[in-house]
Amino acid sequence: MAIERILKDDASEEKGERARTASFVGAIAITDLVKTTLGPKGMDKILQSTGRGQEVTVTNDGATILKSLHIDNPAAKVLIDISKVQDDEVGDGTTSVVVLAGELLREAEKLVAAKIHPMTIISGYRIAAECARNALLQRVVDNKENAEKFKSDLMKIAKTTLSSKILSQDKEHFAQLAVDAVMRLKGSTNLEAIQIIKKPGGSLKDSFLDEGFILDKKIGLGQPKRIENAKILVANTAMDTDKVKIYGARVRVDSMSKVAEIEGAEKEKMREKVQKIIAHGINCFVNRQLIYNFPEELFADAGVLAIEHADFDGIERLALVTGGEIASTFDNPESVKLGHCKLIEEIMIGEDKLIHFSGVEMGQACTIVLRGASHHMLDEAERSLHDALCVLSQTVNDTRVVLGGGWPEMVMAKAVDELARQTPGKKSHAIEAFSRSLVAIPTIIADNAGLDSADLVAQLRAEHHKEGCNAGIDVISGSVGDMAELGISESFKVKQAVLLSATEAAEMILRVDEIITCAPRKREDRM
Amino acid sequence: MALAFDEYGRPFIILKEQDQKTRLRGIEAQKANISAGKAVARILRTSLGPKGMDKILQSPDGDVTITNDGATILEQMDVDNQIAKLMVELSRSQDYEIGDGTTGVVVMAGALLDQAERLLERGIHPIRIAEGYEMASRIAVEHLEHISKKFDFGATNIEPLVQTCMTTLSSKIVNRCKCHLAEISVKAVLSVADLDRKDVNLDMIKVEGKVGGKLEDTELIYGITVDKDMSHPQMPKQIEDAKIAILTCPFEPPKPKTKHKVDIDTVEKFQTLRLQEQKYFDDMVQKCKDAGATLVICQWGFDDEANHLLMHRNLPAVRWVGGVELELIAIATGGRIVPRFQELTPEKLGRAGLVREKSFGTTKDKMLYIEHCANSRAVTIFIRGGNKMMIEETKRSIHDALCVARNLIRNNSIVYGGGSAEISCSIAVEAAADKYPGVEQYAIRAFADALDSVPMALAENSGLQPIETLSEVKSQQIKENNPHYGIDCNDVGTNDMRQQDVFETLIGKQQQILLATQVVKMILKIDDVISPSDY
Repeated sequence: MAIERILKDDASEEKGERARTASFVGAIAITDLVKTTLGPKGMDKILQSTGRGQEVTVTNDGATILKSLHIDNPAAKVLIDISKVQDDEVGDGTTSVVVLAGELLREAEKLVAAKIHPMTIISGYRIAAECARNALLQRVVDNKENAEKFKSDLMKIAKTTLSSKILSQDKEHFAQLAVDAVMRLKGSTNLEAIQIIKKPGGSLKDSFLDEGFILDKKIGLGQPKRIENAKILVANTAMDTDKVKIYGARVRVDSMSKVAEIEGAEKEKMREKVQKIIAHGINCFVNRQLIYNFPEELFADAGVLAIEHADFDGIERLALVTGGEIASTFDNPESVKLGHCKLIEEIMIGEDKLIHFSGVEMGQACTIVLRGASHHMLDEAERSLHDALCVLSQTVNDTRVVLGGGWPEMVMAKAVDELARQTPGKKSHAIEAFSRSLVAIPTIIADNAGLDSADLVAQLRAEHHKEGCNAGIDVISGSVGDMAELGISESFKVKQAVLLSATEAAEMILRVDEIITCAPRKREDRM
Repeated sequence: MALAFDEYGRPFIILKEQDQKTRLRGIEAQKANISAGKAVARILRTSLGPKGMDKILQSPDGDVTITNDGATILEQMDVDNQIAKLMVELSRSQDYEIGDGTTGVVVMAGALLDQAERLLERGIHPIRIAEGYEMASRIAVEHLEHISKKFDFGATNIEPLVQTCMTTLSSKIVNRCKCHLAEISVKAVLSVADLDRKDVNLDMIKVEGKVGGKLEDTELIYGITVDKDMSHPQMPKQIEDAKIAILTCPFEPPKPKTKHKVDIDTVEKFQTLRLQEQKYFDDMVQKCKDAGATLVICQWGFDDEANHLLMHRNLPAVRWVGGVELELIAIATGGRIVPRFQELTPEKLGRAGLVREKSFGTTKDKMLYIEHCANSRAVTIFIRGGNKMMIEETKRSIHDALCVARNLIRNNSIVYGGGSAEISCSIAVEAAADKYPGVEQYAIRAFADALDSVPMALAENSGLQPIETLSEVKSQQIKENNPHYGIDCNDVGTNDMRQQDVFETLIGKQQQILLATQVVKMILKIDDVISPSDY
């Protein structure tokens, strides 16, 4: 009797060993893909989109690379997902988390081949992850009390993060930018207050941090180009024709003169609105929606600077910065909070005119203007800077810091190795494997830098046998160096998130013993 | 294909277009059905128990689900075979009724089918097998009642409940922090439970998930979370002692259902209309304010003007809140859902001790927490986890745990897990079999063998020698007349499930046996499968 088919025609089912191999292969392939971007000497990838225009992205950021891939392998999708979450939660370490998860699976594959049950591997990994975390916790440095030291910590973290990106040439400069910007936030993680404007032209070195706020808009014609002690009204209101919002209303006229009358009334209405707005005693008006010529002219007459079509983010940020509220009705001028700033002026960056608000009330916000040779360069610079800002703002909240350059991995590996020796039973193999996966990260960093990884890691391991050692891989000189002296630091929060999510993902993939793929949804044939 | 002829030799047409249909009859049909059912059971067999494995399911759109939950696996498998669909149905009904044990019921049905096939080969009529199974299931269910234990718990003594939930959770990926999650589930169920009526409305428990953080950060919120933020970015982010107006009307001028037109033909009309519109917005906001509301939650959107007026009058508002959430908020805060501004009165406002906005991670992710509500019975379980699939799987696991806790509140009888109940039933059924005269005896004995397959699968999945372990436990049970011996899946060192604290609910187990028997009977009774052939 033929075996009954229970699944639909195009569906497939993979069981046991085959399922496991499929997920291992998928996960390891993804790991190998992003592996080469790890570390300060990591390489970039070019991504070409399939959409119209075949846009090209050049990046080194793990999350960006993985996001753009179209993957069919379920295990690979799990890895992409963890990288995305890492990006959302802490902003950095997106490559590391994938590489660590991949290495864990690679080790697990060997153990499975040696006839150790996946469940045993999982429980071993769990114990190991906990142990590694504790080992790291014991070695963290917390400089919360000492503001001066903390600032230098931040500086180090920023430099470490940026060193693996395109900005590494000017990392000193950008690290300073990022730290200054984050310090201005005074502990809040609201990165929206930091605006990044990209303007092609000049070189990366010309990028600068501006204390005020820059709006990428032009000033209306015939209006003042420079206002001191500006009172700003931020609004979100229709300044074209104010529609009647009552449903079903329409204009029905029977003669030309009536049309003119109604038009007059409309104009009158608009004039009144403008009068009301001007009555707030303002000299700058920023609206989210369009401002038509007529009201613009009225504003110009009154000597009020009117800026139209500032996008939603711009409006919110401006309101935040100047301390005003976003207004939509203008009947009670006395109770609307106006925004204030010392000076509004038009500035030129490259060839573009921008509006610059300086001396704003709330000192938290600032703008970083990025300059660079090409759009790709700027995009990548923005991503890198974003990573650095995320990490820094998270570090401000959780001030614990660890050293970088493969130091944390070696510390964890040492503790985990210790644990493996004490654990009886098959689990110890899994724990040992965990430590091997951890060591893989400094190995990859060294490999990517074109160094003799085997030799370096062996040296490193020997160094770490001493108590309280700060040794890590110094990629620049290609030797083992003291990370504390070299000033390479990383945020504890990032490292912890990498460790935990990678273990979680590896566990998830290991638990699977069957893959059932449903028949792909049929596309309607348009022919 | 059977053909009938009349006296002139012309064939009767019994089935329309019969040459285009495939047809299986008699023993062939039964065997085909049984093998399909067994194939489904085989897929789930490895997911059973604390050491069971997960499955990856890729949906037609390419989305990936990783799960251990029997009902979810079968639902997403998209099966095409009729009998396989019955099995899916079976697991789903267990899910609806009990919520847990969805894998076990399918494995049980598969084992029953396997045994039935052997009996069929020996020439026993399917109906006799079905009847024998029916009798055996009755014996088993009675026996379960016999070996079950009642245990007491109260609002303060939740330990037994937590233990039972832990048994359920231990087979899922979340078993790393099963203790934490079990406690959350039990607390959630107890806070919405009506202990006098022994009823739990699980709708009052909302399970929300957000990617990020770690599983240990999962928390129970005595209140509601809404995945929305304040309509105006400058509204206050925290409101204490909030009085909430829950509205289902938009902050926009009314749109009457009847078709109408307002014609503007003079300047005066234009102006009055304009004034009216302004007044309308003003009125709406004023009415909310007059009723004493300090927070407005609205199902619809706001006009820009209304939004600013609300902000201006210091009245925080939330827009685009879904219908279900709106109802939950109404229940939790004791407010009424108000469809018209005119009907807004102070009595209809809901109350909450604290409403706050919380942001997550580096992206613009915000959620609104409504806590310390007037009616604290609605709770939310807020799950955090490393990735999307993890959260989805945790949601399913929590659902199972909630169901188990609910079942215990309804009926506080438990049986011991780890296959001990099945083994004990199997012994009882086996013993009872000899008393039945007739062919059914064989079927009853087969039923006992089928019951053994669940502990067998457990042992297999845990890497133990299945036959050896099972026979050892069975002899131990008979020798000491103690139904608490089961399979030691976690390598604890003892077979006594009472010491290991592995419980399952009595009704869950009974339902498993009854449902599995029912489906198997149904499958056995089919002797003709007519299906349209492809194309």
